[in-house]
Amino acid sequence: MPAIKSLEDLKRVREEALEKRKVKTTEGAIQVTVAMGTCGIAAGARDTMKAILDHIESNNVSGVIVTQTGCIGKCDYEPIVSVSVGVEPKVVYGRINPERARKIMQEHVADGKVLTDWIVPA
Amino acid sequence: MREIALHLLDIAENSVTANAKNITLTVCEDLQGDQLSVSVIDDGKGMSAEMVASAVDPFVTSRTTRKVGLGIPFFKAAAEACNGKLVINSEIGKGTRLDVEFQHSHIDRMPLGDLSSTMLTLFVSYPQIRWLFDYSTISADGKPEEKFVFDTQPVMAELGDISLTEPAVLTFIREYIESGVARVRATSNC
Repeated sequence: MPAIKSLEDLKRVREEALEKRKVKTTEGAIQVTVAMGTCGIAAGARDTMKAILDHIESNNVSGVIVTQTGCIGKCDYEPIVSVSVGVEPKVVYGRINPERARKIMQEHVADGKVLTDWIVPA
Repeated sequence: MREIALHLLDIAENSVTANAKNITLTVCEDLQGDQLSVSVIDDGKGMSAEMVASAVDPFVTSRTTRKVGLGIPFFKAAAEACNGKLVINSEIGKGTRLDVEFQHSHIDRMPLGDLSSTMLTLFVSYPQIRWLFDYSTISADGKPEEKFVFDTQPVMAELGDISLTEPAVLTFIREYIESGVARVRATSNC
């Protein structure tokens, strides 16, 4: 169990993040959204969210915004994850377990390759 | 749902939808009183008495106008199956308070579950909301309670415009929450 951290530690973390942002080249903002209505949560959306956050930590991925939304009316496709990169149209993926979420982070978010097999039909 | 922590995540989503700016989540494991109680308190738009009544009844809720769906009836049924209850107090324009109690030792009580992940998910997803997480225990032999209180406001004030999903920040927040929850959890015997 790690020692309990204080706000002093947070100051240092913030400085590091600021430094890192300076060297980072500006590219299109990336937003990853996990649907977390009752249906999504019951289908395992929190584990999917956790996998995305773990990926960001372990691969030191900077500049990705992770957020959540409610039920979007496609409950049978939960857990649903959408990815939007810059001005490109948002891609909505269905039945995203933690393993698929990691793949989306690696291939779509990092390399810009859309994983067509998992897209939710419109 | 398999965990109380997942229900909390679900119920908190209602508070977010109600445009709350401040949301408090409390969990108390009272081993002396054999009670596990959780509450979600928000300053969102609130509900009329009629809406509160329909929120706990899955058969009255209409899908097009609903503010809540099956989440609250599920949680209520789980609590009532464990000698507990779910109570909603709400006032239009003031906010909503939802209190749920379980008999702590009841054989059918679902586990508290991964409370850290629920807190982390809510904070990261909605950093603009001021979250107050309060997890405590009261020991069976009347020893002083253990407590973890996490107010997200000082963290946001310190971070400024740095995103919570920057890896170093995320690691800090996750470890902070996990160690706090683990410290309290260690005193709960479950």
